[in-house]
Formats: sequence, C-alpha cells, structure tokens
Amino acid sequence: MKHIKTVNKPTMQASLKKGGCGECQASCQSACKTSCTVGNQVCESKK
Amino acid sequence: MKTKIHKFEQNGTYILLDVNSGAVHVIDRMIYDLMDTFDGANDEETVSRWGGIYGADEVREAVGELHELMELGELFAPDIDVPPTFQQTGLVKSLCLMVAQDCNLRCKYCFGDGGSYGGERAVMSEEVGRAAVDYIISHCGPRKHCEIDFFGGEPLLNLSTVKAVTEYVRQREQETGKIFKLTLTTNGMLLNEKNIRWLNDNHISLVLSLDGRREVHDRMRPDAGGHGTYDRVLKNFRALVESRGGQDYYLRGTYTKENMDFTKDVLDIHAQGFDILSVEPVVLKDSPLGFTEEDLPRIYEEYDRLTEAYLERHRAGKGFFFFHFNMDLSNGPCVAKRLAGCGAGHEYYAVAENGDLYPCHQFVGREKYKLGDVFTGVRNRELPQYFRESHVLNKELCSDCWARFFCSGGCHANADLFHGDIRKPYEVGCAIQKKRLECAILVQAVMALERMGDDKNEAVSS
Repeated sequence: MKHIKTVNKPTMQASLKKGGCGECQASCQSACKTSCTVGNQVCESKK
Repeated sequence: MKTKIHKFEQNGTYILLDVNSGAVHVIDRMIYDLMDTFDGANDEETVSRWGGIYGADEVREAVGELHELMELGELFAPDIDVPPTFQQTGLVKSLCLMVAQDCNLRCKYCFGDGGSYGGERAVMSEEVGRAAVDYIISHCGPRKHCEIDFFGGEPLLNLSTVKAVTEYVRQREQETGKIFKLTLTTNGMLLNEKNIRWLNDNHISLVLSLDGRREVHDRMRPDAGGHGTYDRVLKNFRALVESRGGQDYYLRGTYTKENMDFTKDVLDIHAQGFDILSVEPVVLKDSPLGFTEEDLPRIYEEYDRLTEAYLERHRAGKGFFFFHFNMDLSNGPCVAKRLAGCGAGHEYYAVAENGDLYPCHQFVGREKYKLGDVFTGVRNRELPQYFRESHVLNKELCSDCWARFFCSGGCHANADLFHGDIRKPYEVGCAIQKKRLECAILVQAVMALERMGDDKNEAVSS
C-alpha cells in the first residue's frame, strides 16, 4: 500500500475462540510490582 | 459506539491502532487526517471533506486502502465481548509470599510502611510457607505452571523460610508434575557470595531495586539509620548479575516528583552494566513525591526523550530491554488474559507473614480485603468473584478507552487507594500508562519498519 504499512499480524480476534489456557506468567508478579501492563506480555503458547 | 481506533503522532511518525484487532499501522499524514472523518461507510463525505486539501483522487486512493484493511479485519474490527474462554471462576496460579514484613531500608515512597504493612514487624514461618505451597497446588486445577514470589519487606531477612519453601516446592514438583517459577524481589543489602550462589543454584529469578543515579537512589532509599545505600547495593547487584551471566533478573527503579528527568536514571543504570531494566512512576496519594495531573506534560516529554534514547541505543547496537517498551504486537496475550489482567484477587493472592490471604501484596493490611488464610482457604467467596468480574468491560471509564486491551484496567490496589473502589481507576496512572503504551507501540512499529528495510521518511511520512 502507498499510504499504510501494517507492522504486525494481530491474533486478538482469533484468540476469542481459543486461548485462556492460563499458562502465562502473572503480569505484575515477576517484572514490576506496581503496574499491570498485560500488553507487554507474550502468549506462553506462542513462545 | 465504543472507541474502535486510536491514532497518534510522535516525532514525525503517525500511528493508527485498531483497538479490537490489535493491528498497528504506520500511516502518512493524509490517512491521519482522514481518520477524523472516515468511519468505514462514508467514502464520499471523506472525499468531500479532505479532497480540497489532498486532491480528490489521492483521497479516493487512500480510502481504498482503508477498505482493504477493513476486509482483512484490521480496521474497525468488531467489538470484543467476554469470550467463552474466560472462565467464570479463576484458578490460582500465583502467590506472593510476604516472607518478611520487615525491612532494613526506609524508602521514602514505601507503600508497605517500611515493610510492616501497618502491623508489627514479623517474618513468615516455614510452616506458613509450606502451607502456601500446598494451597496453590490444590487450587491451580490442571494448570501446569505456577509462580511464587518471595516478597517483603526484604525477603533476605528471612532466608531460612525462603530456603525451606524452595526445597518443599521442588519436592512437590516431583510429586505433582507442576512447574514452579520462583522469583525474589530484593533491595540487595544482604546479598553475599554465599546466598548469591544459593539463589543461582536454585534458579530463583530476581527483581533488584535500584532507582538510578547515585543521588536519586541515596535520597529515596536510605537504610534504617538514614544513610545512603547506593554503593553497597550496586556492588552486590553487579556481583549477582555477573554470577548468573546476565540472565534471569530485572533491575527496577521507581521515579518520583523529584526525578522527573528519569531518562537519566534509566541510562545511568544501563551505563552501570545492567541491560534488563524497568523504571516506573511512584503511586502515592497526598504526598509531595506523588504525581498530579499538573505533572503530566513534563512526564510525557520525558517518555518522548526516553523513547528516542532507547531507539538510538538499539540502532547503535547498544540496546537494552526496557520492560514497558517490550511488546510483541503479533503474539500478545489472548483476550481472556487481557480481561484477567494481573489476576489479583482471583488468580493471584498475597500471603501475609501469618498466612492470611489478600488479593495482592498491596492489599496486605487493608483488613476489609482479607480473604481467608492458607490453612482454611478463601472464606470470602464474594470478593474474588468481584475482582474477577472487575475487568475492563465492566469498568465505566475503561470500557471505552483505546488502551483497554493493553492495560486491562490498571491496578486494583491503586484504584482502591484513590477512590475506595477497584472499578474506578486512578486517573493519573491511566494517563501515564497510555503515554507509555503509545511509546511502546511506536518503538515496536519503528523497529519493525527498520527490520523490513523500510525508510519511513520516504514511504510513510510526509
């Protein structure tokens, strides 16, 4: 495209039907103790 | 209609985020303007509004590209509701053990009252620690991965319990097939060759507290006698990080109103030899160290500065990890996780030194949030359910926010601190969070473009 560059292949909509396995790390637990930045995590099943 | 897109400009780069798909598009100035008008079904209105400025043919071409994105599901993706994968009841996956409600530092911004959390200074017994391990195993269901964080106060003040719990965890792993990740958060004062070896041999991940420049750290993190601690902890942290080959640690700091030039602190920590970092804002109410809305422009400016410094170092091959800028735009968490957030109160509990259970470490000592104890379990049935249902789609201020699937509604403890209600987010924290997310998205977008060998100045900036 001339005007737009998409930089990712998002999977959020697809994860509505699957996902939820809960094997991922708690988001505030092991990195920072005062922020719940879930968006900074990677899905454990896709690592 | 809920917010479906978010657009922003930073340092000449224009970004369009599709909220419900998570797609990130780097766009030119024309698309940026068009998105003030275009809603997916008003092509002629958009051409009419912007054709005079950009030319009707150009605008039509751009609108055509936007329709291509819509067909791909990457623009105006459908609203997200609570998915069936988000179970009604949470399974406990994570415990924070307050192994020492006592501390050898007197940090100026401590939310735990110098480690005591408003009570008597005390340490956790081995019996309570082992009961906590049994509790998580019997409440994590089929989940294979569990986590325990040794916290305080200063957990190394009670290393005997840390060791006993670790030994018991390894035994129970063999018996149950569970896999535990163990983390310890320390101020570094008591680290020595012997306990560093033990921490390494037992695969304990570490969160190390350092606030940045010597003068900042010494002012904020004095010992009980009021003396600076920078030199002592820096020496210990270096020995520790070197001993584990630079792996399995996070060096984290807190910035306050006294160091809003915190980019200098981040870069100073990096210059001291650490490259896995996090520095984040203090959360304090009615304190001269805490932030108010008036501080936001200065904080935003500083995140712009940090973003540039971060990218410069990466381009020069001298990059570092900064927790809040690490974001995998393609392989992020599923929607269920984005709703569960930190899991406080339903997937994650804190265990006070006496075995009492609270929604998280920050709630310890807030008596109305006491849920039960590790011996008899959670007796308060309503509160964990309330925490589970307090996700972004059920919070008035969050449900329409563009950042709802990145921050998951923010910290419950902060909301409670400021508003006495975990469903009313702490606004200044939200504002900082959103700025930080924009920086993270920009960083990842710019780095992705550079990986593609693209020159954004030619192709997408104007």
